[in-house]
Amino acid sequence: MSATQILFWFLSALAIVSALSVVISKNPVYSVLSLIITFFAVSGHYILLNAQFIGIVNLIVYAGAIMVLFLFVIMLMNLNQDNEPQKNKWLKMAGVVSGGCLMLVFVAAFKTSEVNGKIAQTIDGNIGLTETLGKALFNEYVVPFEISSILFLSAMVGAVVIGKKGD
Amino acid sequence: MHSSLLVVDWFFLLEKLIMIIAIVSVSLVIAMYETYFERKIAAYLQDRRGPNRAGPFGLLQPLADGLKLFMKEEIIPNTPNKFLFILGPCLAMLTAMMTSAVIPWGGTIDVFGRPVSLQIADINIGILFIFGVVSMGVYGIMIGGWASNNKFSLLAALRGASQVISYELPMGLSLIALLFITGSLKMSAIVGGQLDQLYNITYQPLGFLIFFICALAECNRTPFDLPEAENELNFGYHQEYSSMKLGFYLFAEYINMFISSVVMATLFFGGYDIPFVNDAALGQSIGANWLAVLEAISLIGKVAIFIFTFMWIRWTIPRFRYDQLMNLGWKGLIPLSLINMLITAAVVLWLKK
Repeated sequence: MSATQILFWFLSALAIVSALSVVISKNPVYSVLSLIITFFAVSGHYILLNAQFIGIVNLIVYAGAIMVLFLFVIMLMNLNQDNEPQKNKWLKMAGVVSGGCLMLVFVAAFKTSEVNGKIAQTIDGNIGLTETLGKALFNEYVVPFEISSILFLSAMVGAVVIGKKGD
Repeated sequence: MHSSLLVVDWFFLLEKLIMIIAIVSVSLVIAMYETYFERKIAAYLQDRRGPNRAGPFGLLQPLADGLKLFMKEEIIPNTPNKFLFILGPCLAMLTAMMTSAVIPWGGTIDVFGRPVSLQIADINIGILFIFGVVSMGVYGIMIGGWASNNKFSLLAALRGASQVISYELPMGLSLIALLFITGSLKMSAIVGGQLDQLYNITYQPLGFLIFFICALAECNRTPFDLPEAENELNFGYHQEYSSMKLGFYLFAEYINMFISSVVMATLFFGGYDIPFVNDAALGQSIGANWLAVLEAISLIGKVAIFIFTFMWIRWTIPRFRYDQLMNLGWKGLIPLSLINMLITAAVVLWLKK
């Protein structure tokens, strides 16, 4: 096994184990921390594919900002095992069924998609470099990019409106 | 393919290992002596003498402090999250040390005919790496404060986290303006563009000012040291910590101060470039190795000035109130850095025409 392969298997195992522990762990703070580890593992995969920009932005935005806000809320809610609401049995069953359906759809989609059978470019691909990505975003995909930024702007305005309601 | 693990470039590994050990120990020693100089500078600003008992001029004071912290009793409060309680200071220390990996500490030296760059990792996304690690730094504060099982610690941790998140935004925006000029995210390219040239501070004075203020806030230094405002929150997020775990938190702050000074010197003040001297010509006459030594000393000199400024500010300016802090961040610095970014972009476009 080469070093890349060892890293790949290690990161994959880490991602799966920590993603499972997000769901399994009783304490929501541990769930958030496991989710952060999952993001690290996924970023590691991005970097193995030489998509450095996406890898680091994934860390900055998700692990560095969004998960901090998650932790914020969870720490302030003062959750402990006594007052955690017990979900009823049918809800749990429904969750399992819908999760299974989603997985079925994913498997079916990836089985017939065109990426099937292609080997990912590790280390020497340059699709994920900052320069390539910037050129693609601001030349080919400039309209969708700007539209999505307007979407973010509207979300921000909405948050401000909701925050101002009390005054 | 299968043997590529065996064909490891041992010299490369050894080189990087030595670099990492050297840089980590230099950061630790500098952080140690920062505590000494902090107390000395505070003393002189307040017309006192400062530490002067341990060794000549009190120079052994940091060692005595360290010994004291190590010998103190280790107390873990009654908390359900002992693991997180210990993880907090570890994370603070880890994130403080990691930034130094992408900083160029000097030019290339020549070791037995092999060129060795004085930088641990020259990655394409150097600045973004620093930014990513800085944004991780908030976890050390939050986890430690929460796991302490103490309302004061929790409040301080939340204050610290919201402060760090708020000031990351203007910091990033001021860096974007800088990147317009350098055109690269690589730290070595940013320093290379300033070697024997005008420093970036001449193009980005406002950007530097914003970055400096944000660096103060990110290091939780006065006037932004609200997470440890002792008159409101006892001792802040590390109130429940004792012994070396407390030492790690305090130490991480000093390392952060050192590293952010290095980053400012690298991004805005030419990095390891020796001011007023033509480095390339000097390298011709005294050789690359001596040049690298002089360059590293020059970088440390610039850093020392920044660290002094940090301490000077700490012992001069009183701390902000919390609403003032948030107003400054969101209503002052973010619009200012946006304007700075727009102006820089317009000028760069205009000059390139």
